[in-house]
Amino acid sequence: MNASSIPWLTLLTAIPLVGGILILGSHLPDGQRPRRFGLLFHALSLGVLALIFTQFDPAVGSMQMVERWPWIPSLGTEYHLGIDGLGLLMLALSCIVLMAATAFSRRDIPSGRIYHGLLLLLQAGLHGAFTAQNFIHWFFYYELSLIPAYFLVKLWGGPKRGVAARTFFLYTMAGSAAMLLGFLATYAATGSFDFAELAQRGKGFDGGLAAIYNVRLGLPELSTRALGLLIFFAIFLGFAVKIPVWPFQSWLPLTYSEAPAPVAMVLTGALSKLGVYGLLRIVLPIFPEQVWQTQDLLLCLALASIVFSAVAALAQTDVRRMLGHLSISHLGYCVLAVVCASRITPLDGNWEVEKQAALTGAMLQMFNHGVIAALLFGLAGWMEERVGKPLEMGSMGGLRQKAPVFAGIMGLAVFASMGLPGLSGFVGEFLIFKGVFALVPWAACLATLGLLGVALFLLNYLRTTWHGALSGDSTRFADLTVRERAWVTPMVALILLLGVHPQLALKWLNAAAVLLTERIAI
Amino acid sequence: MTGVLDILWLIPALPLLVSAILSLTPARVKGGAAPLSIGALGLGFLIACAALAEAVSDPGQVRAHNFTWFEFGSSAVKIGWVLDPLSALMLVMVTFVAGWIFVFSIGYMSHDENFTRFYCFLSLFTSAMLGVVMSNSLLMLFACWEVMGLASYLLIGFWHHRPSAAAAARKAFIYTRIGDIGFLLGMLWLYAETGTLLLYDNGAGCLEANALTQLAGAAISTGMAASTGIALLLFCGAIGKSGQIPLHVWLPDAMEGPTPVSALIHAATMVAAGVFLMARIHPLSTATASAKPIVTATAPANATAQSAQPAVRMEAAPKSQAHAEAAAKPTEAGGDSTSSPTLTLNVMAWVGALTALLASLVAVAQYDIKRILAYSTVSQLGFMFLGLATGGPAVGVFHLLTHAFFKALLFLGAGSVIHGCHEEQDIRRMGGLWRRMPATFGTYAVGMMALSGVPLLFSGFWSKDEILHSALAWSGSKWPFALGLVAAVATAFYMTRQMAYVFFGPHRGHPAMYEQGHRIPVTQPHESPMVMTLPLGVLAACAILLTVVGTPMWPWLHSVLSGHAPEVRREVSVGVLFAMLISILAAGTGFTAGWICYMRRRASGFNDGDPLQTRIPSIWRCLESRGWIDELYKMSFGIWTAAAGRFCDWLDRIVLGGGVRMIQNAALATAWMGRLWDEFFLNGGFARGCEQTRNSADRASLVQNGQIQRYLRILAGALALVALWIIWK
Repeated sequence: MNASSIPWLTLLTAIPLVGGILILGSHLPDGQRPRRFGLLFHALSLGVLALIFTQFDPAVGSMQMVERWPWIPSLGTEYHLGIDGLGLLMLALSCIVLMAATAFSRRDIPSGRIYHGLLLLLQAGLHGAFTAQNFIHWFFYYELSLIPAYFLVKLWGGPKRGVAARTFFLYTMAGSAAMLLGFLATYAATGSFDFAELAQRGKGFDGGLAAIYNVRLGLPELSTRALGLLIFFAIFLGFAVKIPVWPFQSWLPLTYSEAPAPVAMVLTGALSKLGVYGLLRIVLPIFPEQVWQTQDLLLCLALASIVFSAVAALAQTDVRRMLGHLSISHLGYCVLAVVCASRITPLDGNWEVEKQAALTGAMLQMFNHGVIAALLFGLAGWMEERVGKPLEMGSMGGLRQKAPVFAGIMGLAVFASMGLPGLSGFVGEFLIFKGVFALVPWAACLATLGLLGVALFLLNYLRTTWHGALSGDSTRFADLTVRERAWVTPMVALILLLGVHPQLALKWLNAAAVLLTERIAI
Repeated sequence: MTGVLDILWLIPALPLLVSAILSLTPARVKGGAAPLSIGALGLGFLIACAALAEAVSDPGQVRAHNFTWFEFGSSAVKIGWVLDPLSALMLVMVTFVAGWIFVFSIGYMSHDENFTRFYCFLSLFTSAMLGVVMSNSLLMLFACWEVMGLASYLLIGFWHHRPSAAAAARKAFIYTRIGDIGFLLGMLWLYAETGTLLLYDNGAGCLEANALTQLAGAAISTGMAASTGIALLLFCGAIGKSGQIPLHVWLPDAMEGPTPVSALIHAATMVAAGVFLMARIHPLSTATASAKPIVTATAPANATAQSAQPAVRMEAAPKSQAHAEAAAKPTEAGGDSTSSPTLTLNVMAWVGALTALLASLVAVAQYDIKRILAYSTVSQLGFMFLGLATGGPAVGVFHLLTHAFFKALLFLGAGSVIHGCHEEQDIRRMGGLWRRMPATFGTYAVGMMALSGVPLLFSGFWSKDEILHSALAWSGSKWPFALGLVAAVATAFYMTRQMAYVFFGPHRGHPAMYEQGHRIPVTQPHESPMVMTLPLGVLAACAILLTVVGTPMWPWLHSVLSGHAPEVRREVSVGVLFAMLISILAAGTGFTAGWICYMRRRASGFNDGDPLQTRIPSIWRCLESRGWIDELYKMSFGIWTAAAGRFCDWLDRIVLGGGVRMIQNAALATAWMGRLWDEFFLNGGFARGCEQTRNSADRASLVQNGQIQRYLRILAGALALVALWIIWK
């Protein structure tokens, strides 16, 4: 069989789906075996992913490995899969993060069969969403990823898991409902759910989609512009909740602090990327005009995410809540870059380069943030496992004396998170700043406040928890075991490698970023 | 292609490799760490010397090697390294000084259980510093600059179990990061304006004529030229890194690190990186829209010769060479006396002069031996900026180089003293050490004389003299010169004071130390081992020998740094002599005052107040508490940040979270209302109706419950009634 005729993307979604159903239907007892079973399927996904990497041509910016069959013709829905460089890296990220989350999970987790089954289903949802080229398909998997996440928080979470899971689920569902309504309106006006086709219609000087809405939907009391904005905001809201963007972020700190640590790894490392991915794949190409019209407002929201979260993190006493705020702040940079890239620029000058910088930076930052944040949450989980209770700032001190290797890895993750050059966080941030500074200088200047805030609270965390005199619960704190070191090593290697040689990740993204820049030029 | 340029990358790569190896070495393996690190640096030193020879063979030429780091979209980000006299001199200095400090650390850190880790961090730092000085791209410079900050963080907090060290490490990182944000923005602005971050790129680099003309011409809305804005933002980074006012407070606290770290990072190299940065981008600071770069480049570049006094005429550089220089370093001369200095230079001169003065005054009232030296470093860095602003890069960098040697010497000497006095750092508990630690005393004295500017023999005199001279001849204000002069007096004064306290008078060791029953009997301070005194000797020799390259008669260093072939000068201008006289007088005043205050009336006990304290108590208190600047920051920014944090958290939890909860509760309330309505109103009515129907049906069903007897009874009753009715009728 020819390699190009294998439906790779379907296969990649099917593996965790089948694995999840198998393990949920099995009678594996608690203990090592469900975890091993999960790891096996994640390894299979990684293997298929590696094969996809060999098949993928980085020089092409458009969709590759396309699979397209009619599905529900009466609804304009096709089974339409495809990835570009961004999709490819997101698939890689979800494979890495899910694998790590499974590996970081406690071995004696109760009802391990269900836990690992749900993780696999979650991965199936992610893979389906990252490969979808059609809204119905996308929405199906987008929602599919939410349900396992809800149960994972609800069943294995901390003391306030009930509230956390409910808030998380309802909030995200509200966003999804708004998005669904927006797309139904779009379908009613255009008769299509296909992303590429909608992007074609969204482009152009004649009002793009807004004009079509106005003609087809027949709401004379709303102006063309208002109607376009209304539908745009409905769809934006869905992603804004998912990322989350200020002021829709209040579900996040609670959820991240109550979820089991490996689930928090997945939530921040992979699930939150669905939101930014949606902005890049759906919002920006289909609604470039609306993003541009509301640019100032969106910039303010992105800046608020960056700065307010970084500042609010200063006041947190719970380590995981603090890390949650960190996540909001970092994804705010991606949103900032996406919004700035929509700026309508004069034809002269090198604006394309700046937009490409912003978009490439956002894409790279998504990947790197996923790995770094997952590592941070995973390490926090191990700390909790050792201490046996949620991590309070100031309840421990001097851990570095007890666990130097643990401290070293934690320090690396923290500094990567602060964007230290040589570690992977830097290049993405630099590219974002480069693009944003050229396109909207004041936004870049304000965004630097976030850099400062992040450094303040992260170093505070290192100082109070890891440095200083031994105190509190830290006297029995054990260093990383050999097994733990083995699991951490690949992530650390990835952080170092992409910091020194970012081209490894960038080469997959460049063509996609160039194409996206062309598409959004009005 | 020249050979040295191709292998220049090895200089930072070797220590980096060593650092990587050591980071994976278990802490209990101590053997290889020091030899490996020192070997890597030694090799680097040899390459650096070859590079220096190459660079000075044609000082006007800038050799660069650029390559692509990564690509984004359809563009590429290039980085590279550069070989010119400035980078070569810095490479030699850093590898040399760092090498001897590494040697010193063998002795100083021998008892530390994290010996290997120490060398790992030191090597990481050195690698980053070498990367800074040789990078040909502002991005690479920034990257190395940040890594250097990380290494500094790790080393200040090396004894991380001490809360004070952990706090100082964090403080250092935060304060430098405040400056770095300026650096980042300046870099982004430069990138946006010129489209490149390469410094030299065959005419396309951002420090070359084309870009400079463009930058000086581009103005933002306030009328400030882009070049000025960028240079000022980059200067913010330099302020943070080099501990200038108002971001200087981290540097004295950084003395929590082991003393070799203070010597290497917080005196000789890293803190000087800010000065180096401004020297590197000096063309940007001087670029003006009107100035024709080529014209200024042909003007005599030696600030000493640029005085108003035209007694000495330098030989004009050959025309062809001048053009080559013009392409490479268009606006070399800082003190063109006909045009007023740019805003950047003004700011730099003022910040430098103020820092030099205030820090030297604070140093007078400190008791911690390392803290005195730390404030002295801040002050000397101020001098460097003053020199850089008024006399161009050659003047500032000369002082940078001499300072690196004698300040490293002083810190190592202080380390030797601390080591010999069993970790005592308070100079009031020392005294009379010259007898017990002769080698340390001798070398320390050399460092002290170089720092305070003892005439003729010591390198510090010449470099400081050059700064004062160019400040005097500066076309801007004369105030910076005056401030610098007072600072020079104060420098000589506090160094005399320190010498008097540490090495002369009776020994005032801590009485408690004798009583606590130490395992090692702490009877006497002792001289340090050879491995520590040898580096002291070498650095002391350098502090003297460096004089050779910087006198006005043979300003080799100056010429080379300005891109000229060195030449011997037979006459010296009156202006130069006048400046020399002034600086000799300044040093002399400081010495005399110090002598009167401290040498004549030696303190004999720990609790004897400082002579100045008794005379001017209020000023003393202000100086001793370092102007209360730390307290001021804590009371303002510290409180504001905490308040902002609480506010944002409140916004999050109460306002936004509360809003969501309200919506949620409203939804819940609606649901409950619906339920109540359903159950009690709709359902209730329906149920009651049902009930009644059922009840009546029940009752109705009584008549047809299928019991024959009842039917018969009813039948009989009815029959009876009918019968009665008929009878009645």
